[in-house]
Amino acid sequence: MSLDPSYVGRTYPPTAPYQVGREKIREFATAIGATDPAHHDPEAARTLGHADVVAPPTFPFVLTMAANQQIVEDPAVGVDYSRVVHGDQRFAYTRPVVAGDELVCVSTIEDITSRGGHGFLTTRTDITTVAGEPVVAVWSKLVVRGEA
Amino acid sequence: MELPARTFRVTRADLVRYAGASGDFNPIHWSDRIATKVGLPGVIAHGMFTMALVGRAVTEWAGSPDAVVDYGVRFTRPVVVPDDDEGTEIEVTAVVREVTEEGLTRLDVTATCHGEKVLSQARATVRTAG
Repeated sequence: MSLDPSYVGRTYPPTAPYQVGREKIREFATAIGATDPAHHDPEAARTLGHADVVAPPTFPFVLTMAANQQIVEDPAVGVDYSRVVHGDQRFAYTRPVVAGDELVCVSTIEDITSRGGHGFLTTRTDITTVAGEPVVAVWSKLVVRGEA
Repeated sequence: MELPARTFRVTRADLVRYAGASGDFNPIHWSDRIATKVGLPGVIAHGMFTMALVGRAVTEWAGSPDAVVDYGVRFTRPVVVPDDDEGTEIEVTAVVREVTEEGLTRLDVTATCHGEKVLSQARATVRTAG
């Protein structure tokens, strides 16, 4: 089953607010070996001008992976998840994510193409605070491998 | 200008820890049985784990954990992680492509495993002044 390009431009409803926890940031930073005190110690983060510990740059993927489930699982779009591999990933920051943030994701299908029997789905997820302040824009390109 | 190379060792235990922290429990990152069933040589690292390690190198080069303004990669080749104590190694190098008047530094990053590129078009923009 191939991807339906008529869904380019479709925007999905905002996700429920995600509470960024201090311990979650510490856990994520520890898992990637990031030892900078600003990921672990609120005092160190405050000296850099942040309200609380700072998330590593790829942390927002934790939110967008969950938010993009609504696209991947949308039967109309036609993604066979068992055939999906991660193609590209990008983060464009307005400001870093910090503990205490309450974040909402709005995902849009930015592009759907097919080439060589494979489907390519590019999503853009805008992450904002619940007040609507932009934090980071996240692009993911998924490759749906062909049957051949 | 070339930045000092960084090497990251990756073991199965690292993948399990990353799976838990990130919420990505895809079994190709912990089960050889399932990884080989879908045609992989064995368990592979999460692409986002590789991207996170490279992100660490980028923030450490920049000198601040909050310096990243823009960061993007293309995943070109899986990082196979054997089930032994050594695991594998990812080597990261970068060159400075541009320093802007606004205090931004643009880096072109290379990440390899066993001498083969695992990322392409890996680019980061970091705030280095102001």
